[in-house]
Amino acid sequence: MPNRTSSFFSRPGLLFAVLGLVALLAPFVTLAANRIVAGVGVPVWDIAAANTTIPGLAVLLAGLALGLPAALPKLRLLGATVGVAALVWLLMQGSTSLLEGAGPYARVSLGSGFWCLLAILLLLAADALSALSPGPLMRAGLLVAAIIALVLVLWSGALADLSIYREYISRHDAFFDAAQRHLGLAFGSLMVAAITGFPLGVFCHHNEGLRGSVLPVLSFLQTIPSLAMFGIMIPLLAWVSSTIPGAKELGVAGIGFLPAFLALVIYSLLPVVANTVAGLEATPPVTLDAARGMGMTRQQRLIQVQLPLGLPVMLAGLRIVLVQNIGLAVIAGLIGGGGFGTFVFQGLNQTATDLILLGALPTVTLALISAITMDILVELTRPNSVRHG
Amino acid sequence: MSRANILRVIVVCLLLTLVLQPEWFEPVFAPFSPSGAPVIYTRASLLSLSLSHLGIVALASVAAIIVAVLLAILVTRPRGQAFLPLSRTIANMGQTFPPVAVLALAVPMLGFGAGPTLVALFLYGILPIFENTMTGLSTLPPATMEAARGIGLSRRQRLLQVELPLALPLILTGIRLSVVIAIGTATIGSTVAARTLGEVIIAGLLTNNTSYVLQGGIIVGLFAILIYDVLTQLEAHFQKRLGGSRTTV
Amino acid sequence: MIEIDNITKVYDGRAAVDSVSMTIESATITAIVGTSGSGKSTLLRMINRLVEPTSGEVRINGELTTDLEKNALRRRIGYAIQGHGLFPHHTVARNIGAVPQLLGWSKDKISDRINELLNLFSMPPEEFRDRYPAELSGGQQQRVGVARALASRPDLLLMDEPFGALDPIIRTRAQADLHRIQRTLGSTILLVTHDMEEAIQLGDQVAVMDQGRLVQHGTPADIITSPATRFVAEMVGGVDRPLRLLSLLPLSEIVEAGEAEGPPINDQASLRDALSVCLGSGRNTLPVERDGALIGRVTLEAIRSRAEGTHEPR
Ligand SMILES: Nc1ncnc2c1ncn2[C@@H]1O[C@H](COP(=O)(O)OP(=O)(O)OP(=O)(O)O)[C@@H](O)[C@H]1O
Ligand SMILES: [Mg+2]
Repeated sequence: MPNRTSSFFSRPGLLFAVLGLVALLAPFVTLAANRIVAGVGVPVWDIAAANTTIPGLAVLLAGLALGLPAALPKLRLLGATVGVAALVWLLMQGSTSLLEGAGPYARVSLGSGFWCLLAILLLLAADALSALSPGPLMRAGLLVAAIIALVLVLWSGALADLSIYREYISRHDAFFDAAQRHLGLAFGSLMVAAITGFPLGVFCHHNEGLRGSVLPVLSFLQTIPSLAMFGIMIPLLAWVSSTIPGAKELGVAGIGFLPAFLALVIYSLLPVVANTVAGLEATPPVTLDAARGMGMTRQQRLIQVQLPLGLPVMLAGLRIVLVQNIGLAVIAGLIGGGGFGTFVFQGLNQTATDLILLGALPTVTLALISAITMDILVELTRPNSVRHG
Repeated sequence: MSRANILRVIVVCLLLTLVLQPEWFEPVFAPFSPSGAPVIYTRASLLSLSLSHLGIVALASVAAIIVAVLLAILVTRPRGQAFLPLSRTIANMGQTFPPVAVLALAVPMLGFGAGPTLVALFLYGILPIFENTMTGLSTLPPATMEAARGIGLSRRQRLLQVELPLALPLILTGIRLSVVIAIGTATIGSTVAARTLGEVIIAGLLTNNTSYVLQGGIIVGLFAILIYDVLTQLEAHFQKRLGGSRTTV
Repeated sequence: MIEIDNITKVYDGRAAVDSVSMTIESATITAIVGTSGSGKSTLLRMINRLVEPTSGEVRINGELTTDLEKNALRRRIGYAIQGHGLFPHHTVARNIGAVPQLLGWSKDKISDRINELLNLFSMPPEEFRDRYPAELSGGQQQRVGVARALASRPDLLLMDEPFGALDPIIRTRAQADLHRIQRTLGSTILLVTHDMEEAIQLGDQVAVMDQGRLVQHGTPADIITSPATRFVAEMVGGVDRPLRLLSLLPLSEIVEAGEAEGPPINDQASLRDALSVCLGSGRNTLPVERDGALIGRVTLEAIRSRAEGTHEPR
């Protein structure tokens, strides 16, 4: 039965506090002699002198404590922010002091304790936000603020002593190439899929027979494992390039960007087409009946009624595609298609954890940002959401 | 026999021959191999790879189903209600994590082999099931729930006799999404040395032997389609029993 | 004038509407009643060709509906349905202006028309123009639905259970509104309902449908006093029939000279109202006034004898 304490204290908040305390016991960072060997865990109180760890820890604990009162979600959000700031600060101080006198190749990497605390604080923020339930514009503002904070921390070089940062420095140019390639793959294929899939969806909506044959084929393509799909594109395009005159001059080749791009486009078609059809069918039958009854032509109904009302569903399809493609583009790294996957698979080959992270973390961040942005767009296109939101 | 059933039989036969008697397909795949290279993958038997592949998927999926359904039950009870909004966020945002990234991140913790693949499939598999079960259990028709209380069912009886059966089609949808993703993702597990059908595809990629890529891809794809089909039929069956009043996603 | 000539609609070998013929005079309200599935909506929708008849034809003011382009025809006819069918993504103003916009009216003209209609339905334009349908009450949504149907000043208005989703009090008010507006605009209205009470209240003419056939078409009084079939009699309801009839008759018909005690009753009230006042106040005679001047009295006896003619079920 709920009693006084549990109604004052947020239950998730309590859980986070307890988990946070446990996570403090785990190694906050690891110190290794070079980038390949496994490191030794260092608990948070040993990462630097007491006069730096104690204030840092105090702020971190304060952040967790601010996460407790159930009725004050703004305070809880503040707690999460303060806690993350404390984490970053501890990391900054810790990595610098641990490397002092530890040899030229020594590396400080993020430990399980850090990851757990970060996850807990982010969940705390998420929980507080779900209680605040901010409108789409507010959410967009928060997202932009978070991105700016992240960029500032990375750009300031405060974390330059971390191993993952060093991996980045030594691959500075390759990193931005990979980022460009990854974005090109994910967004480019999204665009091509939208341009071809959307009209196809409209045709399918009008033509029952077409729908019956197009959708199953696209679903079938979706079940082909991504690795095989990428693999099949290579010889296919090599064949096209060598047999169709002019294809080679246009840049069609069995290696590099194009096979990966084409594979992503194929995976994107199902969500785009299926959601376009679903979106066009989302108009309530009475509304459509009224539109017909007042003498709207088929085209007027499509443009003035069905499209605006179906837009959220269609955008939801694009969200699926975007998130899916950002993830699948990683596999391009395996077939020489570039992108962040290159680092992931290089890292796996060299068993260099921080190199894996250098590929995986930007991918995850990109996927999260895209998902949140698309969610905001979906909500904004819902009829009169701004006024209710 | 209906056309759909004939198609099913054909698919099953095709799959079985591909796995058990791959050499029968040599003429079909031969044009895709570089001249002189072997056409049919023989470094390991396709049967043992298939079994290992399906085994990993089954293990991870069963664990994911148990954990996801239990968690979803917990957060939809009055005591766990405080966790419901948070759970929704986790389920929604967690699914944006690319499966490959989850797999790669599990390697530093668990080393190479089947371990990271199992963990990645398990973690990634939880979310769709969790989300759907949660939706199923929190959007039950209020009148039915009122009636269940009214006739004096205890909480446990309500859960087992009313709530779970009503949510079953949605739960099955979640399981289907999860298992189909797992079958595809398991192929990538071969890049971290798990024994799956991905091995065949990767061998093909490394030696430019497209017939390997096709073999691996087709077998995995057919497995995915068959399992997708079975689970869809199951869903439709339960949905029909419930009168089709609730739509699946 | 609308002439429906031997019109039939067959679905899967079954006639949803079976050789219906009727003529509707201009500037009247005709209520089509019947049980669920009797073909009322199908009949209505064949007039603006949302449903194409299997056979038979419809003429509006002598002109065949099939001679016009479908959408042009529909833009000339107002159409309001149960659940209003408003566009959820458009404001009230844009909803009401939909048909004028399709017809290519100028912006100013549309805007004036919207204000005029909102005022007609007692919804202050400055307050309601920019709201979305979700921000209105059910009764307001329904009024906007009717306003939208009236926007292009159609001579003919088709309404399919327009008040079906409203609660009884709002429903009565909406019916009164419609009646008032129809009298001011002089439009021809064809209204589908499954509620005989509503049909009798609103209809100048009532058409009763049963299993796709038109079984009776006449004034409300005709329908009550001489139901054509057992089905119509059932629809009218045995016990209530005298009361229903009384509610159709104005007091002015049976005013007699003389005086009476107590507060007077207006001569436009129905006999049913008068009966109710008699019973409620325990009086046998009521004074009757018109424009504030006493013009005579009405007796309980007279009301009773007026009602007696109806009480003989066939
Ligand atoms: N598009 C259609 N296809 C097949 N049958 C139809 C169709 N539309 C209507 N019907 C059938 O025609 C008959 C009459 O339907 P209609 O909608 O006209 O009834 P109604 O009198 O308006 O009923 P309600 O009061 O329930 O609205 C019904 O039996 C119905 O099932
Ligand atoms: Mg109807």
